Amino acid sequence: MFKYLFLLLFCILMHPVFCNDDLFDAIIKLGPKGSGNENLVKQWSSVEKMSSADIPSFFYIMNQANDLGDNWIRAAIFEIIEKSGGDSLPKEEIIKFIKDYNNEGSSRRSAFDFLSSAVPQIAESLIPTFIEDPEPSLRREGVQLLLNQAGDLENEQQAIEAYEYALGKARDVDQIEYACKELKGLGKQIDLAQKMGFLTEWKVIGPFDNSSRNGFNIPYSPENTRDSINKKHEGKNGPVAWQTFSTSDRLGLLDLNQPFGHIKEVLCYAYAEFDSMQDQMVQFRIGSKNAWKLWINDELIFARDEYHRGATRVDQFILDGNLRKGKNRILVKVCQNEQTESWTKQWEFCFRITDLSGTKLQSLN
Amino acid sequence: MNADWRGFRGTEGNGLSKGEIPATLSQTSKDSWKVPLPGRGLSSPIVVGDLVFVTASSGSQQSNLHVLAYETVNGNKVWERIFRATGRTICHNKTCVAASTMVSDGNVVVAQFSSNDIFCLDLKGNLIWLRGLTFDYPNIANGLGMSSSPVVAQGVLVSQVENDADSFTFGLNLKNGTTLWKKDRPRGANWTSPIVLKNKSFEWVGLQSKEGISFLKPVNGEFMWQYKDGASTIPSSAISFENKTLLVPSNGLTALRTPEYGQNPEQLWRNNKLAPGTGSPAISGNQVFVINRANVLTSASIKTGEINWRLRIKGPISGSPIVTSNLLFIFSEEGLCQIIDIKEESEAKVIKEIDLKDTILCTPAADKGSIFVRSDRTLWKLSKKNNL
Repeated sequence: MFKYLFLLLFCILMHPVFCNDDLFDAIIKLGPKGSGNENLVKQWSSVEKMSSADIPSFFYIMNQANDLGDNWIRAAIFEIIEKSGGDSLPKEEIIKFIKDYNNEGSSRRSAFDFLSSAVPQIAESLIPTFIEDPEPSLRREGVQLLLNQAGDLENEQQAIEAYEYALGKARDVDQIEYACKELKGLGKQIDLAQKMGFLTEWKVIGPFDNSSRNGFNIPYSPENTRDSINKKHEGKNGPVAWQTFSTSDRLGLLDLNQPFGHIKEVLCYAYAEFDSMQDQMVQFRIGSKNAWKLWINDELIFARDEYHRGATRVDQFILDGNLRKGKNRILVKVCQNEQTESWTKQWEFCFRITDLSGTKLQSLN
Repeated sequence: MNADWRGFRGTEGNGLSKGEIPATLSQTSKDSWKVPLPGRGLSSPIVVGDLVFVTASSGSQQSNLHVLAYETVNGNKVWERIFRATGRTICHNKTCVAASTMVSDGNVVVAQFSSNDIFCLDLKGNLIWLRGLTFDYPNIANGLGMSSSPVVAQGVLVSQVENDADSFTFGLNLKNGTTLWKKDRPRGANWTSPIVLKNKSFEWVGLQSKEGISFLKPVNGEFMWQYKDGASTIPSSAISFENKTLLVPSNGLTALRTPEYGQNPEQLWRNNKLAPGTGSPAISGNQVFVINRANVLTSASIKTGEINWRLRIKGPISGSPIVTSNLLFIFSEEGLCQIIDIKEESEAKVIKEIDLKDTILCTPAADKGSIFVRSDRTLWKLSKKNNL
């Protein structure tokens, strides 16, 4: 009898844990295109039974969840806090979670956001520790503090040193540009393209036909020929050869109207090599207002068939990928369409490679 | 009568407030209020019961997506949810990630953002489901930003996500967010919103694009009829109050007789002098109202397309007008609310201006004689003095 009572009590006590497990499992298994949504909706009622003590567990589950699962978790935490009150947030555990780089950056950022809402003073006290943070959005907070502090300095030399220090830590384009602008005002010129690691030396070949925007999907020989960089190819108006093209633009912009002239309904290819010191996960950061495709070591990374919807921006597309140790081949296809308005003249792109925290990577060669 | 305002240009999607709104609206009346917003937005507020809902986006990349609920009576914030964008957040500077207007069926609210993240919540802020459509299809994005506002029909959320690259419209189950159907759509940037055509025997959803407008069954996505003579990709269509006439921003403005089941639409008239600018047409009584790119407000007969009157108003104007049986309300980008007497079909005049001194790009919402409007920083309720 005693044994059964004990078992019953055990089941009652452990029930919420098992509920949580089902919920957490459903969050982790959430997939694209709505898969797992129905199961998660079924499990969601267990959130009602949770308390703020469960919040740290949610952040740990965030480490395993995708971006959609992260948003479900944010919703759960909002519901729990609303029920329990912001004061009930287990602050020490959350601070510990934020400080632990083993946790995913996006999870740590979410934990920081909830901490900021509940106890802004405590959250602010963490910001100076973020200047080397691997999570770009947290690092940004730390860098902004450095920039603000630099702006408050009246002594010119101290301000230069402070801005240079902030620049060394900055990874976001706007913060880098801001620090460079302030330094320029103080008489210090910074090579922005070098600072951000843009690839400025390329081989280009073209033009190839892009009538009716069809060239985007036509695999011209430079993209499907082995060792194509050492060969001539048949272009729109006859044989074409690779030529060296470089840029001195402050943001590494390659203006393709320069080598090929202001022509329409054409496309070209740009090729560069990147010597990596190791196998590594990286981010390929491309900006272009033209349609483009990007291959790394013959693998298509992404393709974007859109023209002149806004300006070319640095880091417009940030694409996760890998570099091999040694030589890596980078091939970019950049297309120009038929539009004739003044804002459609540009045929251009910029490109750089960073690590996952946004720190520039430079080729060894 | 239900006084809610449950979507872009109201529950009926034509800018018409069934209840009257007085011309004596004032920022300083005792029932008026304003509250700060936590982020940017040009989505319209919507009203369900005693709550007004609105979206906002914040952060250096506008990747924080806010859904907010306030009490209509006093502007007290009831709840706020902040999610993170899973799709692209780059937009033209004039617009932002919180551009699409929310929609409600009276039980839940749905918020869609330019990142193509969609959140369905109950009226208390509890998440019912979410989707990340660009997470699912990485090439559904527009470099200038998205702004189409979804609609709900027969328990289906219809979301147009149409671009130069991948271009789709989705029918999502309002209960759990699963995809009921997905349609390939004409490739081309499209900022228009779907409209719902409803009568006793059917409920269809119209999808406008550069090719025209197509109506489909919301439950299965089956196309019922199409008008293929082209249409604008910015201002959306409107349906007359009786659901008999569809007004499409096509070759100026084109009026179609809405067909019965199994029939094709019939063109009633076309007037190339009635092309709307950015804002969509509004309808009141026998009049359709359009504002062109030169800030000229024009009234025309819904039956014939003949122009009744023209009135130059102060612009530039991005939002759409809303109307009652005798007044039209429009906000300029510079924050000037112009209240126009439209009860005479022969002439109109501006009878009052209210200067909010802020950039207003949205279409206002109306509820119980008050107007709700927002900027990047503020949500206002404008009521008349001694509002009951």
